[in-house]
Amino acid sequence: MNTQILTLLENDARLTPSQIAVMLDMTEAEVAAQIAELERNGTILGYKTMVDWEKTDRESVSAMIEVKLTPQKDKGFDRVAEKLYNYPEVQSVYLMSGAYDLSVMIEGKTMKEVASFVSQKLSTIDSVISTATHFVLHKYKDKGIVYDLPEIDERGNFN
Amino acid sequence: MIDYSKVLSKTVVDTPKSGIRKFFDLMSTMDDVVGLTVGEPDFQTPWHIREAGITSLEKGKTYYTANAGLMDLRSEINNYMTRRFGISYVPEKEVIVTVGGSEAIDIAFRSLIEPGDEVIVPTPSFVCYAPLARMAGGVPVILKTRFENNFKIDPEALKAAITPKTKLLVLPYPNNPTGAIMTKKELEEIAEIIRDTNIVVLSDEIYAELTYNGDHCSIASIEGMKERTIIASGFSKAYAMTGWRLGYICAPAPLTEQMLKIHQYGIMSSPTTSQFAAIEALKNGDEDIKMMRDEYNRRRRYIYNGLKSIGIEAFEPEGAFYIFPNIGGYGMSGEEFCSKLLYDYKCAIVPGNAFGESGEGFARISYAYSIKHITQALERIEAFVKSL
Repeated sequence: MNTQILTLLENDARLTPSQIAVMLDMTEAEVAAQIAELERNGTILGYKTMVDWEKTDRESVSAMIEVKLTPQKDKGFDRVAEKLYNYPEVQSVYLMSGAYDLSVMIEGKTMKEVASFVSQKLSTIDSVISTATHFVLHKYKDKGIVYDLPEIDERGNFN
Repeated sequence: MIDYSKVLSKTVVDTPKSGIRKFFDLMSTMDDVVGLTVGEPDFQTPWHIREAGITSLEKGKTYYTANAGLMDLRSEINNYMTRRFGISYVPEKEVIVTVGGSEAIDIAFRSLIEPGDEVIVPTPSFVCYAPLARMAGGVPVILKTRFENNFKIDPEALKAAITPKTKLLVLPYPNNPTGAIMTKKELEEIAEIIRDTNIVVLSDEIYAELTYNGDHCSIASIEGMKERTIIASGFSKAYAMTGWRLGYICAPAPLTEQMLKIHQYGIMSSPTTSQFAAIEALKNGDEDIKMMRDEYNRRRRYIYNGLKSIGIEAFEPEGAFYIFPNIGGYGMSGEEFCSKLLYDYKCAIVPGNAFGESGEGFARISYAYSIKHITQALERIEAFVKSL
């Protein structure tokens, strides 16, 4: 049952326990208790809002940076990853298979800001061998949501 | 000047337009209406199915198929019927791929009905049965189902409706608009009445995949019934493929042989692209069906509880994606109720009498909509009911 609650919340975090209870044929108290447990044990990490910043005045640029590292003793890549995710401008850090090691998504106000992150913060880390920065030109879809999709119900046949 | 009243078929002229359409036309003249009127899935056709259609076009599959449809598709239809409902059909001669479930119903009627033959049509039900039966020269005999009986066919009432002229019984379950189903046990009682007659059952199973308390049972799977049952079904509701216009018939060969003539002369063959997409749907679409069914089920519970908490009495639907609440207790006709709800509160639902007289005092509400949309509509319905 847990995964059903998670699927619903992943799709719409604003559903209330009473709405979820009705949909899954549970009691509100059961749903509330399960959500509390999922939050407590870290399965639910948080609730956020998807924002299309291109629709606002706020300037922002994002980039995906490929990072190659020399492996370190013991903790391997973990230490670099930890160092990186502490920067608030870093949105995500993934360890990758293939031609590079870390994939870092960063968001800044300007290109200059992103560039200075790469040259001053990222490249100066000892085990970083090289970086390649790819700026995002346009977001089509993120976290399952398509940007700029008009909400039109095209259904016109009424059976 | 030509006198059109002299050239047109009287039968067709006398056929009323669909009552659903009438109400919808009203709705389309207004802004900001939250409607729960639509009778088709809000999901888009799953991508892998669309892709199969696209691939067939890329490969140049743009010709007619066999009249009865691609052999691969007919085989897959048989596999599906066997796997899901335990009934097998010979793909070569007992399956016809049609242009939607509607054509299946039409050619079934036209191949069986002689002028004056009676067709028993349980109502409330989908709007096409009586008009199509009449246009085929038949006489629809309305069999009213009741709220008190969960809108199922009452065996005694069925017995009373049968006459020496009865040719066909339409079995519209899972039901649009009531959401009623017939269980195996209930179908056995119907079979008991029909089995020793020459009456053919037209079982419209287009919503067979959308049942919420256990699997659908087809009357053809009941002993002695396959030889007298025509199953009309299709891809529209199960796979969210309404626009592809693809359905099918499964029936004994002596019936399909005649139906195929009408299909052959009137249609030639069903859309080729759609047929290729449908093969993919039947082969790899079980997970999609489950995903959509689970979602409809959540909405079903949500809207049933929502109406209940507003104080509107409804029969808890067990199939399809409609709920059919009783709105007869507000001192006005169903049509008045729906018109006021539309004009004053900008929420559109369909008056129940569009689905037959016995739907008077009820309304069809579709839950083929997002929870957000349903929530908005429920708020408006609540505000309206509170104002009464």
